[in-house]
Amino acid sequence: MSDVIFIEGGRVIDPASGVDGVRTVVVQGGRIAEVGERVERPHGARVVEARGKWVTPGFVDLHVHLREPGQEYKETVATGARAAVAGGFTTICAMPNTKPVNDSASVTELVLARAAQAGLARVLPVGCISRAQGGEDLAEYGELKAAGCVAVSDDGRPVASSGLMRRALEYARAFGLPVAVHEEDPVLAGKGVMHEGPTSTRLGLKGIPAAAEDVMVVRDLALLELTGGRLHLQHVSTKGAVRAIRDAKKRGLAVTAEATPHHLALTDEDVGASGYSTDFKMNPPLRSAEDVKAVREGLADGTIDAIATDHAPHSAVEKDLEFDAALNGIIGLETAFSVCLELVRKGALAERRLVEALTAGPARAFGLAAGTLAKGAAADIAVLDPAAEWTVDPARLHSRSRNTPWKGKRLPGRCVLTLVGGRIVHGESRS
Amino acid sequence: MIGRHKHCIALAEFSREEILEVIDLAVSMKEVLHRPLKKVPSLRGKSIVNLFFEASTRTRSSFEIAAKILSADALNWTSASSSVTKGETLVDTAKNLEAMRPDVLVIRHSAGGAPRLVAERVGCSVVSAGDGAHEHPSQGLLDCFTLREKLGTLEGKTVAIVGDISHSRVARSDLHALPKLGAKVRLCGPPTMMPAGIERLGATVHHDLREAVDGADAVIMLRIQHERIGDPLIPNTREYSKYWGLNAKKAEEWLKPSCVILHPGPINRGVELSPEVADGPRSVILDQVQNGVAVRMAILYLLAGGSTAEGAEGKA
Repeated sequence: MSDVIFIEGGRVIDPASGVDGVRTVVVQGGRIAEVGERVERPHGARVVEARGKWVTPGFVDLHVHLREPGQEYKETVATGARAAVAGGFTTICAMPNTKPVNDSASVTELVLARAAQAGLARVLPVGCISRAQGGEDLAEYGELKAAGCVAVSDDGRPVASSGLMRRALEYARAFGLPVAVHEEDPVLAGKGVMHEGPTSTRLGLKGIPAAAEDVMVVRDLALLELTGGRLHLQHVSTKGAVRAIRDAKKRGLAVTAEATPHHLALTDEDVGASGYSTDFKMNPPLRSAEDVKAVREGLADGTIDAIATDHAPHSAVEKDLEFDAALNGIIGLETAFSVCLELVRKGALAERRLVEALTAGPARAFGLAAGTLAKGAAADIAVLDPAAEWTVDPARLHSRSRNTPWKGKRLPGRCVLTLVGGRIVHGESRS
Repeated sequence: MIGRHKHCIALAEFSREEILEVIDLAVSMKEVLHRPLKKVPSLRGKSIVNLFFEASTRTRSSFEIAAKILSADALNWTSASSSVTKGETLVDTAKNLEAMRPDVLVIRHSAGGAPRLVAERVGCSVVSAGDGAHEHPSQGLLDCFTLREKLGTLEGKTVAIVGDISHSRVARSDLHALPKLGAKVRLCGPPTMMPAGIERLGATVHHDLREAVDGADAVIMLRIQHERIGDPLIPNTREYSKYWGLNAKKAEEWLKPSCVILHPGPINRGVELSPEVADGPRSVILDQVQNGVAVRMAILYLLAGGSTAEGAEGKA
């Protein structure tokens, strides 16, 4: 019985199986053997004391950038996976905008091999929508799926061509792949670097109107209606997008959506308050307070299925620059839970919904066998201390990059133990 | 120091008293300009570096001559292209120049916020000579100085700013400063040239020129940049000029007799201003240029030199 782990005394929150209460989680052979109120502990079982803690399925992140191959100075599959498990994430979906991009089995296989070597979080590659992310020809979805891709996306680049988007939604049906899209009209966005509004006007920075996202969301929902297929909307940031998705779901369209912790927690005014800090520059940009409110409501009522980090590591080379010149993106794997728990404390999000949006919600969106503590499921588990408080010191994070807007901020809640396939991959009891 | 400020980057952060500190001192600085020997030793032994990443004639020359009249050494460092395309980052360039131990770094850059980034990294004072569409504080101060000089006071006065507000750092600095001195600001231009939420900065927005200038004590006409035509913000300069340009006839019929006309330069003659108006009796455009030197002398003096106005006479 040496491979048996008892996680005792914690509050088990598993929205996928409707469990919320003090339970013991029994792990055996890398799988969930039992979740029960009174479970007899066999001799020799390893015990994890979890009183006062939350015990949840390991988090699932539909949207991370691991930068390998090609930009290993920013992040590698291994350092990204390390950051993931430190933040409670046990499954992460790696975006294809690496160098070269992931539009082939060989890149997919490389990412999977590096993830296996690291032996930390499960890394699920996402292939390109278009060959070379060029926005013109379809990538080989069959080959990508066979190699291990779980979705296709040209993330970072909107699919500008309505014709290509139509064909992508249609063609992906053959392989059951969700088409995940970064919604932004490139002409409306222009050379914008932040949300267009009073703050961009005051700072003299070129704005990206919320309508740049809205028009593409509306376009793609119309194309989804035409084609069938599965559409996943990445990092939803506007009131208009939330409204359109809510309406589409009511009509029964197969659309899912994600929102990032930063679009739930920060507004465009924070760009001004930070004094043009490039750690507040990302795409989509931080939106108005009204947009943030709508995204929170969308997450609360299920219009938005998942919280995804859009973990986007960049080094000082890309960030220690004028706001106009800096690249978009921030890291998020190690702060996501804490930032969202702060929203719970502010009354903007229910505890259970938070856990659902980090586990069952994303798993359903991409059809992944993850995000649950059901008997027989892989023992991917996060043990979280909601009472913890910590100060974000980028130098002490596991990511290779330090571009976080929460630098120096005091945040609540921390992941204290992470198991992947029954193996402790993060936490003090790691041995 | 200008009040609490070690740097002069944004008039949004300046109080009424801090604005007045500069323009009051500029009055005595202007007097120096009219002496037969235009030189005071106030900043002898100080060095000023002009770091210009964007083309400029007026502003750069103005800072240079201001420094020289105050006996400071001025170095002009000009880059045709941005730091990024040159391969050296802005922060590196600034740190390298700082290693030469200037007392003031004057910077113009196409990116909003660039002077602030530099100010965070260097030990010396930083003066913005214009950053993107953010602010052009010395222009804002010289506009305040010129308007006060011509109108006697800004208290209760109405100033109309006409043109491409969305790309204008001058409009923003004026908009942050003029109301603090008691003036009301009206903004006017085609809707495509009005930035989102500008009215929240305390101005009224107009699209009809006649309405905007009606009863105004001063009109600041902004330059229409030719590259905006293709953006497309306006169909062409012909139509722009017809609806938002000022010619002698409109000036005569629409402006009150005492109304003065300002322009930050360079003028597109025949677009925003007809030559008769630019050179006419209402125009105070060349006064602005001269006052610009005085205001920049005041800024450099306060940041690099003494803490009291009396020192302007020299403490050699």
